[in-house]
Amino acid sequence: MFYQLAAAAGFMLAGVLGCAAYFWGTSFVLDLIFPSKGKSGAVASRNLRITNAIRPWLFLAPALFALATYLIYPVIMSLWYSFHDRAGQSFVGVSNYAWMVNDGEFRQSIYNNFLWLLVVPALATFFGLVIAALTDRIWWGNIAKTLIFMPMAISFVGAAVIWKFIYDFRPEGAEQIGLLNAIVVAFGGAPQAWITLPFWNNFFLMAILVWIQTGFAMVILSAALRGIPEETIEAAVIDGANGWQIFFKIMVPQIWGTIAVVWTTITILVLKVFDIVLAMTNGQWQSQVLANLMFDWMFRGGGDFGRGAAIAVVIMILVIPIMVWNIRNAAKEMKGH
Amino acid sequence: MTGLLLKDIRKSYGAVDVIHGINLDIKQGEFIVFVGPSGCGKSTLLRMIAGLEEITGGDMFIDGERVNTVPPSKRGIAMVFQSYALYPHMTVYDNMAFGMRIAKESKEEIDRRVRNAADILQLTKYLDRLPKALSGGQRQRVAIGRAICRDPKVFLFDEPLSNLDAALRVATRIEIAKLSEQMADTTMIYVTHDQVEAMTLADRIVVLSQGHIEQVGAPLELYERPANLFVARFIGSPAMNIIPSTVTATGAQTTVKLTGGKSVTLDIPSDAAQNGKTASFGVRPEDLQTTTSDDFLFEGTVSIVEALGEVTLLYIEGLVDKEPIIAKIPGILPVHRGDKVRFTADKAKLHLFDADGRTYRR
Repeated sequence: MFYQLAAAAGFMLAGVLGCAAYFWGTSFVLDLIFPSKGKSGAVASRNLRITNAIRPWLFLAPALFALATYLIYPVIMSLWYSFHDRAGQSFVGVSNYAWMVNDGEFRQSIYNNFLWLLVVPALATFFGLVIAALTDRIWWGNIAKTLIFMPMAISFVGAAVIWKFIYDFRPEGAEQIGLLNAIVVAFGGAPQAWITLPFWNNFFLMAILVWIQTGFAMVILSAALRGIPEETIEAAVIDGANGWQIFFKIMVPQIWGTIAVVWTTITILVLKVFDIVLAMTNGQWQSQVLANLMFDWMFRGGGDFGRGAAIAVVIMILVIPIMVWNIRNAAKEMKGH
Repeated sequence: MTGLLLKDIRKSYGAVDVIHGINLDIKQGEFIVFVGPSGCGKSTLLRMIAGLEEITGGDMFIDGERVNTVPPSKRGIAMVFQSYALYPHMTVYDNMAFGMRIAKESKEEIDRRVRNAADILQLTKYLDRLPKALSGGQRQRVAIGRAICRDPKVFLFDEPLSNLDAALRVATRIEIAKLSEQMADTTMIYVTHDQVEAMTLADRIVVLSQGHIEQVGAPLELYERPANLFVARFIGSPAMNIIPSTVTATGAQTTVKLTGGKSVTLDIPSDAAQNGKTASFGVRPEDLQTTTSDDFLFEGTVSIVEALGEVTLLYIEGLVDKEPIIAKIPGILPVHRGDKVRFTADKAKLHLFDADGRTYRR
C-alpha cells in the first residue's frame, strides 16, 4: 500500500519536474544557440527575432506530439484499416463499406442512433431548462439542483446497473424487485421484461442518459439564465407580458446560444453512446447502436479490424459537422460577453 | 383629475423599514424629480409606483384609482431604466412594439405608434437594427421610445442618464425636457442623484433622505428657502457654508453670535424661547462678497485659491472646526494664498436653522 502511494507520488513529482525541466531546458538551449545578451545591436535583434519565432513551437511541441500520437494517428489508421480485411493485412477496397450498407444490424444501429439523437438531447435540454428556471425561484432550489446534478458523477456503467434494478423483471406471481414492475403490478398490470421489448427498449435505455445529462444541461442553463439582465424582465413585466411570455419571448431568446451549445454537446455524446447499451442489453432485442456494434466487430469473436474501423469512421463522420458547429457557437457565445 | 397620490406609503424588507410614510400629491402633467443621496429610497419609491416592488403600507392612487394591487402593465405607467433594459434579441422596431403586441393591438395601430415615437426621437433610420448596433445615447432613446409607445399616464425615469458620457448627458437631458413639453398631459417622475438634472428638469423636486421626504418644492424655492439643513446642504454646489452659532437676541429680527466672534442680525423673526439656544447660520458660497469695509460677516485667511476664470473659489480654513468656508466670487480676483479677506453678504440671502436643523423662516 505504502509502496504504491509512494510510487504514484514519485511519478507525479517526476512528471511535473520533467515538464518544468523540459520547458526551462529547451528555452535555455535556444538562448545558447541564438544569444541576444552581450551582442551588438543588429545581431542581438536578429537573434531575438529568431528565438521569438521558435520558442512558441518548443513549448507547444509536447502537446502537439500527444495530439498527433493519440488523435491524428488513430484517425489515419482507422481509415487505413477500414479499407483492409479482418486482420488488417490485405487491401479490400470499399468492400467493408459495401457490407455495412447491406448489413441489417448496421441499419438497425443507424436507425436506433437517430432515435437517440432525436430524443435524448431534446429531453435533456428541455428538462434542464425547465428545472433551471423553476429552481431559481424557490428556497430549496439549490438542494434540488444538487440532487439532479448528482447522476453526472456516476459512470454510465454504474448508472446502467442502477437502472437495471428499476427495469428488473421477475415472472408473474413472484415478488417484483424492479421499481417499474412493482408499480405496474401495484396498479394491477402484468410485469414486463422492459428491456427486451423491441423498439420501446430504446426509450428505456434513453431514459438513463436523459437522467444523467439533465443535470449537465441544468447547470449550464441555470448560469445562463442568471446572466440575463433583471431589467429586461422587469421591462417585460411593465409591457404586460405574463410568465410564459417572459420565459419564451424574453429569457429563452437571450440564452439561445447557450441552449444550442448544450444541445449539440449532448448530441455528440449521444452519437458515441456505448456503455449504457453494452451494460443493459449489449445490443440484443434490436437495441444495437453504432458504438457498441463497432466494439462487437473490433474485439469480439476474434475481431474484424476492417469492419470495426469502417463503423468507427462512420461515427466520426457523423460527429464532425456537429462538433464544428458546436465549437463555432461556443466561440460566438464567448465573444458576445 | 389627479395625476398621482401617495398616502402614507411605506416599504419594509422584513424588519428593515426603507420608506417611512411618504405623502405626495402629484398633479397631472407635472414633472417631478426625486433626488437624494444613494440609499435614500428614491429608486425604491419609483419602483413601487411602477409596481415592481410591493407596497408594504399606505395607499397609492393613479388617476383616482387605487393601484396597490394592480399589476404594472395595468397602471398606465411606462418606465425608462438606467441600463436601458432593451430586449437584446429584438430590433428597435420590435422592442417598441413588444408591449402593444402583448396587448394584441392591431398591426396598423402598432406601426403608427412605433413610427410616431421613432419620428419624435429621430430613430426612424435605426428601426431594423439590433440594440447592440446602437450607441449608448441611441439605446436610451429607444428605451424612451418604447415608453412613449405605451402611451402612459405616468412616465417613470430611473436615473436614465447615468450610463451616458457627459456631453451626451446634456444633450439627452435637453431632449427629455423637450419631450415633456410635447407630452404636456403626461405626468413624469424622474429619479436622479444629479442636482443639475433635478434643477433643470423639474417642476417640483422631492428631496428624500433615509426614506423620508425632506422637502418638496420648485427648484428655486428649494435653493432660496431650504426647509432644513439637509436640503440646504444638498442643493447647490459647492454646498452651503454652515457656521455654528448661538442666538443672542430674538424678536422681529434675530441676532446670533457666530463661532469665531462676530454677531450678525438677520431679518428673520424668532420667539423668545429660542434665546440662548444653539443655531446653525448658513450662507451660500455664491452669496458671499469680498469687502473692505468694517461691516463684514467674517474675516479669514485664504488657504486655497481655485481660479476657474468664470469664478474664483476661495477656501478659508480654521474659522469653523472641520470644514473650510468656501466663497464663490464671480470673475478673476487678485487674491492669493495667505491673504486676509473680509466677507459680507446680502441680508436677504442669509439662512438660519435651529438646533433640530429646521429653518427659522416659517
